[in-house]
Amino acid sequence: MPTALERTLIVMPAFNEEEAVGAVVREVLRVAPGVSCLVVDDGSLDSTAREAAAAGATVLQLPINLGVGGAMRAGFKYALSKGFANVVQVDSDGQHDPAGIAELVAQLDHYDLVLGARFAGVGDYAVRGPRRWAMQVLSGILSRLTKTKLTDTTSGFRASGPRAVALFAQHYPSEYLGDTVESLVIASRSKLRVTQVPVAMRPRAGGVPSHNPYKAAVYLGRAGMALFVALIRPPVVVAFTEPVSPA
Amino acid sequence: MSASYIFGIVAALIVLAVVIESLRRHHLRERHAIWWLAAGIVALVIGVFPDVLGWAASLVGVTVPTNLVFFLSIAVLFLVSIQHSGELTELESETRTLAESVALQDLRIKELEKALADALESRRNP
Repeated sequence: MPTALERTLIVMPAFNEEEAVGAVVREVLRVAPGVSCLVVDDGSLDSTAREAAAAGATVLQLPINLGVGGAMRAGFKYALSKGFANVVQVDSDGQHDPAGIAELVAQLDHYDLVLGARFAGVGDYAVRGPRRWAMQVLSGILSRLTKTKLTDTTSGFRASGPRAVALFAQHYPSEYLGDTVESLVIASRSKLRVTQVPVAMRPRAGGVPSHNPYKAAVYLGRAGMALFVALIRPPVVVAFTEPVSPA
Repeated sequence: MSASYIFGIVAALIVLAVVIESLRRHHLRERHAIWWLAAGIVALVIGVFPDVLGWAASLVGVTVPTNLVFFLSIAVLFLVSIQHSGELTELESETRTLAESVALQDLRIKELEKALADALESRRNP
């Protein structure tokens, strides 16, 4: 019986990340022994694909830019076709500490979707001001919906178990913020068990999170829109079959 | 026969001619053309029999018949726009699915090519 990590595929959506992606892939393969790593090159114009392949990742090259959600659905489809049980989404810019992968995957024994939460006490990642309030409002609503205490619903660091992989290979939103917010609604509507695990987060390699109140308002608006649309859509039902072990 | 009477009929005929010619050249599909055809026919009927407009306006209680024309025109444009937005969304989602398939097949081909090359290599140098 292969270990949980051996049945896990790390999916990294990457768009023009040639500087960071190689190091991130190497670190993931080092700290999470046994995992397979898929970099989804989301129509990059630089040498992201070459760097990722050189670092030891399988590279799925999308011919056009589909956004994080689009890249993730392609990753879920790949995982399903190759018989991987679990998928862990990791950012290719090095913001997510790969040390958290094992913890997320361990929780998949009891849950279908595990979020790596950034503000749950570990690490020193902080967002202030209106953007923080926006995230709190969002977390409050989604916590109620998923019936678990969620503090960081826009986290891209998350692990999906077999049921979630089967669901997300069919339905994974590509709209901005839809990939994180709407996917949670889809998961809770499909009766998936959701939980969160505190993870440390590194500062972003390039750029700082904005504290501009105007941008925060736009962010809340778009998140609210994503949430509203997700809630009025009919729930999706996906037939689930036990996956075979990876080839 | 006033100039405006002729003008109305000619305008309607031009609309119909453009739509029908587009249909004939496969430039427009039937389900997109149907709205424009309907609008062109209504315009032609009203152009030929202007009294129809006054009669229709009084029927629905519109005092100034031209306002009925404006209302109907805006309604048609609105519905066509909604239809176009819907089809755009559908096309985007189809493009997304196709892009995924292309990428997945591309990867499979690369893996198959590599496996084939390895197999040939090991046969040559056993």
